[in-house]
Amino acid sequence: MTVDGGSGLDLSQRPSSRTRTDRAMTAVMLVCLLAVVVPLAAVVYTLLKNGAGQLSAEFFTADIPTISRIEGPGMGPAIVGTLLITAVAAAMALPLGILGAIYLNESSAGGRLGRLIRFMATVMTGVPSVVMGLFVYVTYTLRFKQNAFGGALALAFLMLPVVIRTTEEMLKLVPDNLREASAALGARRSRTVLTVVLPAALPGVVSGCLLAVARAAGETAPILFVVGAATSVNTNVFREVNTALSAQIFANAQLPFEGAQQRAWGAALTLVLLAFVITLIARVVTARFALKR
Amino acid sequence: MDAPLDFRGKAGIADRLFGFAALAAGTIVLVALGTIAFTTTRRAWPALDAMGFDFITSTRWAPNDEVFGAGAFVYGTLVTSTIALVLAVPVSIGIALFTTQVAPPRWRKPIVYVVDLLAVIPSVVFGLWGILVFSKQVLPVYELLHGWFGGIPVIGALFGETGSGRNFMTAGIVLAVMITPIITSLSREVMDTCPTTDREGAYALGATRWEMIRGAVLPHSRNGLVGAVMLGLGRAMGETIAVALVIGSTVGVSANLFAAGDALPARIANEWGEAEGNWRAALVGLAVALFVITIIVNLAATAVVQRTGERGGRR
Repeated sequence: MTVDGGSGLDLSQRPSSRTRTDRAMTAVMLVCLLAVVVPLAAVVYTLLKNGAGQLSAEFFTADIPTISRIEGPGMGPAIVGTLLITAVAAAMALPLGILGAIYLNESSAGGRLGRLIRFMATVMTGVPSVVMGLFVYVTYTLRFKQNAFGGALALAFLMLPVVIRTTEEMLKLVPDNLREASAALGARRSRTVLTVVLPAALPGVVSGCLLAVARAAGETAPILFVVGAATSVNTNVFREVNTALSAQIFANAQLPFEGAQQRAWGAALTLVLLAFVITLIARVVTARFALKR
Repeated sequence: MDAPLDFRGKAGIADRLFGFAALAAGTIVLVALGTIAFTTTRRAWPALDAMGFDFITSTRWAPNDEVFGAGAFVYGTLVTSTIALVLAVPVSIGIALFTTQVAPPRWRKPIVYVVDLLAVIPSVVFGLWGILVFSKQVLPVYELLHGWFGGIPVIGALFGETGSGRNFMTAGIVLAVMITPIITSLSREVMDTCPTTDREGAYALGATRWEMIRGAVLPHSRNGLVGAVMLGLGRAMGETIAVALVIGSTVGVSANLFAAGDALPARIANEWGEAEGNWRAALVGLAVALFVITIIVNLAATAVVQRTGERGGRR
């Protein structure tokens, strides 16, 4: 095909200023994405670089050195503490939160009290963890001294509103047909909820709860006020001070000693791995089993 | 949702027990918020009573002289969360627009996943990274900015001398990274509710994609975005541990963004171990002040978000 030179028809138009703005804005959006990826990569990189060398069987089990200048491993008590405090907190917050969500979605459909509770639960998700920690200090620790249960109480209060809100969202997804069918078969409301509605929503509920637990496991401020700082393993939830990975990271990060900082990096990597594994399980559960919107 | 047949009376016990348990669980939330306010205020009362209104306005914090003025910490909280919002809001909205309007559908999941990863990392880990790595790396950048803008009148005051890398600016940047996931995910949700007809209408009128976003998506999402930003603000103000590690822990009010300072929650975390008596009461007082501020911000944000949610539902 030949194109005779000099014809007035030029198909390769220069982009107008409108097109150029459009492209520039798309580029800006990509830069925004980069602005998040860079710090994420930086944190993960330094964490792996400084933390990976610390992890060993001894690091996971040995006691924390009582003299922080000493180099060498030991975060066992903190790992036990984190697992213990988070588990006890979950054991309190999850059943309560799920029951609360059932009240909001199944019992009080649209009632005034239900709306108020829902609103307050949303507001409560914004209460800073430091305030929650001092609340437990004032109401519990002053009377019963520092122990792991106080920390579990604080974490439970932080988890509760999150569990209520996410569970309610999942219950909303269960089709009304199921409830009506169950009622038509003569089931009482409690039976309908326990045998029909909850099983249908379960995968979503489980994954929402796991995410709340993962977030709570990394909380630091309440631990400082109500749990204290132990250097050896304490499995008694109600007796004596305990410790957690987060509190150990906070304390060791401020020390000028190489050994302390290395332990902080190791503890940080352990904590992130723990949170990451919980999150991953949640994702798998959602992807495989959950009701789709 | 009432069952068509009602066996109340005969079959009631199990149902009523269950309903009561559910109601009790829901009511805990209501009781908790009130109890938090009451018990912490009562504990902080000796310090609040002694200081009066000066507790908020005075910037002199001298525990040894029993003088507790939280003014400098209120200032630090406002400055750091402002920096965080200035940095995080455009970035979050940019990412949300990219995921909902620009990126091909199969990119969507990976992007959401990467941004959410930031939310999985505990704040104390950001603090550790901030104090041992970032605050040292960023120092030359601060000195460069001071060299460029330090001499300009008015604006120059913001870009003063830097001491260590631990200051308002570093705290603001770390906060920005931490609040980006929540602002992004809420923005994404509101943008997703923009009706396809609005968007296609804009395209049909010959709009480019950016013009479609400006004309259809952004006006539709405005209220929701305001709510998302306010929730992000609430988070930034309440964030404790990361800020405590990177803000420099100094009592001072300075326009210089590169000066060390302190914020309400950070001061509580850093001084708790050594405090006793009235000093502890004053620290609990800081928590009361923080509670009041964050509750106001969150109430407003929740009201805005719920209003837009209800309107979206009616469409």
